[in-house]
Amino acid sequence: MAAVTETGAAHRRRAQRLTIFAMTGPAYLWLALTIFLPLSAMAYFSFLTDAPFGNKQAFLTLENYRAFFQEDFYRTLMLRSFRLGAEVTFYCFLFGFPCALVLAKTIRGRWREALFLLVILPFWSNALVRIFSWTMVLRGNGVLETLVNWILPGTGPLNLMFSYPAIIVGLVHSYIPYMILTCYLSLQAIDDSLIEAARSLGAGRLTVLRRLILPLAMPGIFAGAVLIFVPVVGSFMEPRILGGRNGTFIGTIIEDQFTAVFNWPLGAALSFIMLGIVLMILLIASPALRRMR
Amino acid sequence: MTRRRISLPAIGRVYLGLVLAFLYLPILVMAAMSFNSSKLYRLPIDWSTQWYVALAGNDKLIAAGTNSLIIAVVTTIIATALGTAVSLVFFRYRFRGKAVMQLLLFPPITIPWLIIGTAMLIFFFWVGIGRGLHAMILGHVALALPYVIVVVTARLHSFDPTLEEAARSLGAKAWQVSWRVTFPWIAPGLFAAALFAFAVSFDQFVISYFLAVPGVSTLPVEIYTSIRKGFTPEINAISTIIITFSMALLLGVARFYRFGGER
Repeated sequence: MAAVTETGAAHRRRAQRLTIFAMTGPAYLWLALTIFLPLSAMAYFSFLTDAPFGNKQAFLTLENYRAFFQEDFYRTLMLRSFRLGAEVTFYCFLFGFPCALVLAKTIRGRWREALFLLVILPFWSNALVRIFSWTMVLRGNGVLETLVNWILPGTGPLNLMFSYPAIIVGLVHSYIPYMILTCYLSLQAIDDSLIEAARSLGAGRLTVLRRLILPLAMPGIFAGAVLIFVPVVGSFMEPRILGGRNGTFIGTIIEDQFTAVFNWPLGAALSFIMLGIVLMILLIASPALRRMR
Repeated sequence: MTRRRISLPAIGRVYLGLVLAFLYLPILVMAAMSFNSSKLYRLPIDWSTQWYVALAGNDKLIAAGTNSLIIAVVTTIIATALGTAVSLVFFRYRFRGKAVMQLLLFPPITIPWLIIGTAMLIFFFWVGIGRGLHAMILGHVALALPYVIVVVTARLHSFDPTLEEAARSLGAKAWQVSWRVTFPWIAPGLFAAALFAFAVSFDQFVISYFLAVPGVSTLPVEIYTSIRKGFTPEINAISTIIITFSMALLLGVARFYRFGGER
């Protein structure tokens, strides 16, 4: 090795750079063509008066962004979407965290692995199909109605289809495995002897949960919350199927701009406003959460 | 004291059972309804396989299913090859710009698919790539790439780089090191990554929805269209088949890739 001359070292460095370039180039070129250039094109389109196809003339304008800030309609829907995201994230935490805690701290060995797999199994199967499956449970004269009337006779007809609660149920069902997965990973990393130490020093179960387990699980909770909140804010298929006429959100409005109304510039602007607000929320939330850690 | 110690885990187990019931109830209901001859999903179930028979004669759904499989297979091959190359570089070399490159893998995962899908639609239409099978493959590979890189990199972390050095010092060329030393070690990771990529593509709806053209669509797109037009019981049958298939696929992944991060 000592015999390597300076030109040899330079040559090796160049060869290495070439290897790195050759091996990562195709993947990143692909990402550029399918993610980054399209996002740039979308940014450009959001400032146009019209989609510049064929003989259509398009001019630069701020009209699409002004529409959002001037018309209550879009703002209301944007707010509705963010409320939906917050509610779904909250319920996923409320029901998912205890589940992760049980999995990570009370169940051991092969059972744990099997149960863990059972939790994330539906999550990797088709999201659309799982949302569709709820229509059969929630509809009037459906399984839920039968079940509730069987447990509590005389409840009468129960039709949750095409309502806000139906959308919440479907989305929580879709995204709760994310929360369980991320919480489980951070809970599992907590040393059991730490909990035992706290207990033996006289801390009650609630104190241990509040002062020890929750703070240590924060990174997992935060990761889960982000993974759920962001896609739920942009959801359109779930509200369409489960919400029907009550399922109008900013996501469905954006979808309409591209598939029904064909106002691509407005759709692009609404997409970017949504993305901007999401990023802002994440930026505001991240230092606060880092301090908690 | 002892009574509490027994009862708390018991409550936990019951709770876990309830969560699992919540997760599986609708899927099981759907599967059961796919065998119900009543078009209106009337209870009790009148068992029959007529919707599966009808499915076999539904050319539209079969064509869409074939498309889904073609896209998923092509996506798997491309994403696994490109992603593995990137993982190897990340593992072997330290260089300027690496952190940025790793950061660039996040947008495809974290930006809502609705935005990515519509952005692809705009761009592909604008530059003349258009829509259709090739456009969907372009999109699916981009979504699968980050997953492949994460899974393969995780596997590489358990690989001892001195093995590569040893092979190199014994005179093996770079490709020989990769093929004879590194590859056999990461093969299970590659397999898991490939299955991940397949699942990502096969289950993908949003991107395909925006890049499909009438006549060329995938199963999820076709199912969505049918749901919105009005329920047809054949959709139950095909959905049950898809979900069974996807779950079997994940069990395959689990065989090669330890979930839950246990040692």
